[in-house]
Amino acid sequence: MSNIHITVEFGGGAELLFDNKKAHPVTLPAKEKHWIIKDLLTWIKDNLLKERPELFLQDESVRPGILVLINDTDWELMDTVNYVIQENDRILFISTLHGG
Amino acid sequence: MPPCSTKCGKNAILKRPKTGDVLCKECFFEAFENEIHFTITRAKLFKPNSKVAIAASGGKDSTVLAYVLKLLNQKYDYKLDLTLLSIDEGITGYRDDSLETVKQNRDDYEMPLKIMSYKDLYGWTMDEIVAEIGRKNNCTFCGVFRRQALDRGAVLLKVDYLATGHNADDIAETVLMNILRGDLARLSRCSAIITDSGDGIPRVKPLKYTYEKEIVMYAYFRKLVYFSTECVFAPNAYRGHARVLLKDLEKIDPSVIMNIIQSGESLKINESANMPTLRKCNRCGFEQRIAQARDWQVK
Repeated sequence: MSNIHITVEFGGGAELLFDNKKAHPVTLPAKEKHWIIKDLLTWIKDNLLKERPELFLQDESVRPGILVLINDTDWELMDTVNYVIQENDRILFISTLHGG
Repeated sequence: MPPCSTKCGKNAILKRPKTGDVLCKECFFEAFENEIHFTITRAKLFKPNSKVAIAASGGKDSTVLAYVLKLLNQKYDYKLDLTLLSIDEGITGYRDDSLETVKQNRDDYEMPLKIMSYKDLYGWTMDEIVAEIGRKNNCTFCGVFRRQALDRGAVLLKVDYLATGHNADDIAETVLMNILRGDLARLSRCSAIITDSGDGIPRVKPLKYTYEKEIVMYAYFRKLVYFSTECVFAPNAYRGHARVLLKDLEKIDPSVIMNIIQSGESLKINESANMPTLRKCNRCGFEQRIAQARDWQVK
C-alpha cells in the first residue's frame, strides 16, 4: 500500500474547529490495511482538530448533525465509517448545528 | 452507488432521512420542492395576490425558504409579492456578518429587503443587554424582542403574512423542550403551522415538515450561499439539551422527528382537569398526597 492523497473539506461552520480553513489537502501514510473513514476520523482528531473534539466526534463516528459527503455523495450510501478511501477522494463534513 | 429510487436511471447521491429513499440530485430537488408546495397548498398557507415577508437571517433555513418560495411562486403561480425582512439584534461577530449574507440574498433573488434593528426599536443591542444581565436567559430576551421586531416590520411593510424558516427539527426540538420544562401554554401552540399573534398578521412555517439535513443538502447542491455560525450566546441555551436528544434519537430512527411533531399537534391541554392536591390524613394528620384510601385497612 502507498500513501493516499485526498482532500478533507469542512463547511456549515465546522471549519471553525479547523483553523477556519475549509479545504485541507491530506496525505494519509501507507499502512497495511485499507484506510477507512473510521481511521480517517482518528487521524483528523490527532492531526487537524484544533479544539473541542466533542463538537466533531462522538463515539467512533461524527457527532450527530454533521453530514458527510464523499465525492459529493451522501456517505449513507457508501457504508459510512466503513467506506474504503481511494486516491483523490474528496471528503466533505458539513455541520448543520447552527441557527437558520 | 445504488440507482435512484424513482427509476429515472441516474445514480443516487443521497439517502433521504425522511423517507429512506435514495435519490439522484434532480429527483431530490423535485421531491424537496414538491413537498413544500404540498405543505403550502394542503394547509392553504397563502391567499393569491398576497404580500409575504420572509423573515431572513442569512442562515441556511431562511435562505432556502426564500429560494424555494420564489421558485414555487413562479412555477405554480401563487401570485405572491415576496419581500425579505431581517432583524439586527446587535450581536457583534454574528449578526453583522450574517446581514451581509441577507444583502446577497436580496441581490441574488431580486427581492426587496427591510432591516429592523433592536437599537432603533428598543434602544438596546443584544450585546448591551447581555452585558447588563449576564450570560443567562439571553435567548429569552432576544426571542421576545425579535418576535416583536418581526411583527413591527411586517406591519410597516403592510404584508399579509410573515413566513419563517422553522424546520421539522426546530419544531420537534420545541415540542421536546416544552415537555421537559412543563410549559403547557407554549406546548399547545408551538406545532401549529399558522399562528396568529393577535394583530392580524399571521405567521406561517412552510418548512415545518422539512428535515434540517435535507435543507443543508439542498443548499449545498443548489450552491446557495448562507451564513453558518452559532450565535455566541447560544451555548447557554436550554434548547441545546433538546437538540442533542433529538439528534441522538434521529440517528436511531429518523422518523422520530415527524412523530414528535405529530405528537405535538395531537396534544390537547385539558384546562379543566383536577390536579392532585395535598390533604391531611384522617388518622395521623400528616399532610401529603393521599392514596386511594377506600380499600386500605390500617392494622
